[in-house]
Formats: sequence, structure tokens, C-alpha cells
Amino acid sequence: MTRLLLLLAMMLASLPVRAEEVVAGLSQTRVAINTSFTGSEIFVFGAIKRTAPPPEGAVDVLVAIQGPSKPVMVRKRERQFGIWVNGPGVPIDAAPSFYAVATTRAFRETISFTEDLRHRVGLSEVIRLIDAPDWLVDERGDFLDAVVRVREAEGLYFIDEGGVRVTEEALFEALVDLPANLVEGDYIARIFLLRDGAVVDVYEQILPVKKVGIERLLHSLAHESPAFYGVASVLLALAAGWAASALFRYFVP
Amino acid sequence: MNIYLPIAEVSVNALVLLALGGGVGMLSGLFGVGGGFLMTPLLIVVGIPPAVAVATGTNQIAAASFSGMLAHLRRRTVDMKMGTVMLVGGIFGSAAGVQAFALLREIGQVELAVGLCYVVFLGVVGGLMLAESLQASRRVRKGGAARRKRRHNWIHGLPFKMRFRQSNLYISAIPPLVIGALVGLLAAIMGVGGGFIMVPAMIYLLGMATTVVVGTSLFQILFVAAFTTLGHAITNQTVDAMLALVLIIGGVVGAQIGARLGPRLRAEQLRILLALIVLAVCLKLGWDLVRTPSELFVLGEVRG
Repeated sequence: MTRLLLLLAMMLASLPVRAEEVVAGLSQTRVAINTSFTGSEIFVFGAIKRTAPPPEGAVDVLVAIQGPSKPVMVRKRERQFGIWVNGPGVPIDAAPSFYAVATTRAFRETISFTEDLRHRVGLSEVIRLIDAPDWLVDERGDFLDAVVRVREAEGLYFIDEGGVRVTEEALFEALVDLPANLVEGDYIARIFLLRDGAVVDVYEQILPVKKVGIERLLHSLAHESPAFYGVASVLLALAAGWAASALFRYFVP
Repeated sequence: MNIYLPIAEVSVNALVLLALGGGVGMLSGLFGVGGGFLMTPLLIVVGIPPAVAVATGTNQIAAASFSGMLAHLRRRTVDMKMGTVMLVGGIFGSAAGVQAFALLREIGQVELAVGLCYVVFLGVVGGLMLAESLQASRRVRKGGAARRKRRHNWIHGLPFKMRFRQSNLYISAIPPLVIGALVGLLAAIMGVGGGFIMVPAMIYLLGMATTVVVGTSLFQILFVAAFTTLGHAITNQTVDAMLALVLIIGGVVGAQIGARLGPRLRAEQLRILLALIVLAVCLKLGWDLVRTPSELFVLGEVRG
């Protein structure tokens, strides 16, 4: 028993005393996608809580907002008989539908390579391909890069270096733009407090993104009762067609 | 003014969609075609995923053809019997098309198949139409009367003959069934009504009386488009009701403008214009298939 206590004391002593902690909040607790949704701005703000005077050196903050991960099929186009055809697909096991990072300085200066690996922060760390087909060995990297490139072009992935402003070594703020082509689901906002590229503390908050109102209704109808939705769509079309015909006859006899 | 489409999951300018529906509606009012062959490619250009563009296009066609058919019903220019025979073929064709579409989606070749179908059919139809209307306009200039021979070809030798009183025909039921099935198949894969294929086929292959061709074609298109919409909604969940509604509103207004403009323009010139539009769309889509894309990789969803 004493030995166990001793071991516990030793373990506690070996742990670094967390002199700094990060407390943060988001300007929105959820994002609602309605008919007029054209994207949203998330304002991330917070403070660095200290129990001791700040150590030497500058403090860094990194904000990462990640959308729900889904497998994605990547195909490379090939020319066959003069036209471009989609080649065999490589299923990527997980790629976030959205990924935004904001940092105080250049990405690699803010977070070291090992910390990046440990906390899965960088884009190359969040996209996972576990079982690559044999023929892919040489091109594995190309396919993974393609996911990042295509999603960057769609405005779904981006890194905003210098996007986080720290004032007085104590307060910080960042503005992250969510584009209009968002996918529903639970988004995760992670706020890292770093010193010399090492993570000191992490704060995590879930940001649900949901369709609301008519968007919610139509989407769930289409997926949960497709037959009813199909019939309703056709009836709507017929009603519109009949109304057009009736109006036309009324105004132009 | 942007509008978020719940199924397509993109935000698109509603005015652009209205203008698109209106423009295509105007053409359909002018030329008596559904305009689906323009609508689907244009929707893809605007940023709607191809699968959603195709399925929603058929829904919009159902509205447009119903509106048109009601007008023809009042004028008694619909051959119900012929329409029903073609429809039977059309339902089978459409069901096969929806399945084929789902399969193509699974193997990631929807864009290619849709693109190829467009290039081939628009090229053939546009080319024939241009040649024919140029010939006709030359004939009009010479002052000769346009005449149409009723040819007696192999089609009239087939079994299962039926009498179609309104079309003034006594022919086998097989050709209308086959034409109907082909149009249904194309409707499902290309998101078109098929009027631009069916109307020439009814006139030149079946030799139907021209007065009932457009009304009968609309009758068949209406049911095939409705059935295809249903099929896509159930199999692929790609019908965007919000998008369809905006397109229908635009299309209805456009069709009225087109129908009023029509009589003020010369018929021969109109047909040359339509042929040129068809060929232009064909060339654009063909170019997209051949030129080297700026991004060699495409992302798709993993299904199943």
C-alpha cells in the first residue's frame, strides 16, 4: 500500500504542473442551415488562465474546426480513346467534410511535428487511408493530396496562418468562415495553447450544424420516406403545370 | 439572393435559377420541346451535382409537359391510344434507366455516361434538324411546296397490328413500344423528356399525322417524367423539391413569353436557330470530355 502511494506520488511529481490553461468560447453554440443560408462566421475567443507568472517566450494559440468525417472515393481521370474517363476508385477511410485551422504564426512554427502527429492537427494527419490497395503503393500520396487540393478549391479546407490574434499574452480571438456548402453533423472546435511548438492545454467544444425548417423537413422526407417524397414532388409538378395552364387560359383566352 | 438547396446541399443564387428556368421555358414555348436537354447541362454548370440535376430535371419536365398537354387535350390533338402504347414501353425503359443510373453512380461513371449520351444524341438530332431546316428554307425560297411522302417500309411488315384512329395509322404495336422504351431510358439517364427524339421518330419512322404528334409526345413525356422522378426519388434520393419549384416557376413564365414571341418569328429561321443551339450544347459537352481537365482527381461518395 505504501509502495503504491509512493508510486502515485512519483507519478504526480513527474507530471508537469499545468501553469497555464485555456478557456474559450464560440460566438455561436450551433449553426442552423435555413433557406437563405450563405455560410456563417464563427468568432472564437478566449483567455489564458495562469496560476503563476507567465514563463519566458511567446505563447501561441491554434484553433481547429473539423466537420464530420466520412469515407470518400477518390478517382483519377485517365484518357481512354481520346476522352477522359474516371479510373478505379480508392476509398479513403476518413476525410473531414470541413477543416479549418487558424494559428498565431506559420503552422509549423506554431506546432511541432510530433505534437501535430499526436493531436492530429494538420491536414495530412486528419485524412486517413488505412488499407490502400496494392497497386496504389506509388501513388498513395497523390490520392491523399488530391483530397486536400479538391476540398481546398471548394473552400472546405483552409489554414489561416496568423488568423489568431493574442493580446497582452492573455486574450485571444479568431474569426473562422464557414462556407455555404456545409454538411450537417457535429463539428468539433479544438483550441490549442502552445509554447515552443509544444501543446500546453487543449479546449474542446462541439458545434452542431443542422438544417432547420423546410430544409430539415425536405431532407429527412427525401431520405426517410422516399416514396412519399417522390409522389409529393410529382404532385407538386402537376399542380404547377395545371396552374400555369389555367392562368394562361385566363389571361390569354 | 441565395437559396440553400436541401438535397443538392449547395447554396445557389435563386435569381440565376429563375432566369435559367425562364430561359429554357421560353425556348420550350418557342419550339415545342421540353428543354430538358438544355436544363440539365446548365444546372451542372451552375454547380448542382449531376445526379441531382438529372433527377430534378425530370420533375420540372413533368410540370412543363402537363401544362402543355392540357392545352393539347382541349384542342383534341392527343392520340391517347398511341400515347398509352408508347407509355407502356416508356415505363419499362425508365425503370431500366433508373437502375442503370444507380449502377453508374456506384462505379463513378455518371458524368461520363450522361456526357456521352448528350454528345451523341444532341449531335445526331441537331445535325439532322439543321440539314432538314436548311433544305426546307431553300425550298421555301424557291417557292416549291413542302411535301411529305408516306413511305411503306419494313416497319409496316411487323406483327401485332393496331388501329390508331387519331394518328391515321394501322401499324404494328412494336415500333411505338420500342420508341417509348428508348425515350424512357434516355429520360432516366439524361434527365430529359425525350421530345427532341420522339417527335422526329413519330413523324419519320411511324408516319403519324403531324397534328397529333406534339400532343401525343407530351402525353407520353408527362407519364415517363413523373415515373422517372418517382424512381429517382426512391432509388437515388436525388430529387431536390426546392430546386424543382424554383425552376418550375421560372419555366412557367418563360413558356408564356416564348409562346407569345413564337408567332412573330419565321418558322424556318426558328428551326435553324434551335438546331444551332442544340449543336452548340453538343460541342460544349464534347469539348469537356476531350480537353485535359485542370484537376485530374475527382471525389465521390462511398456507397453501400
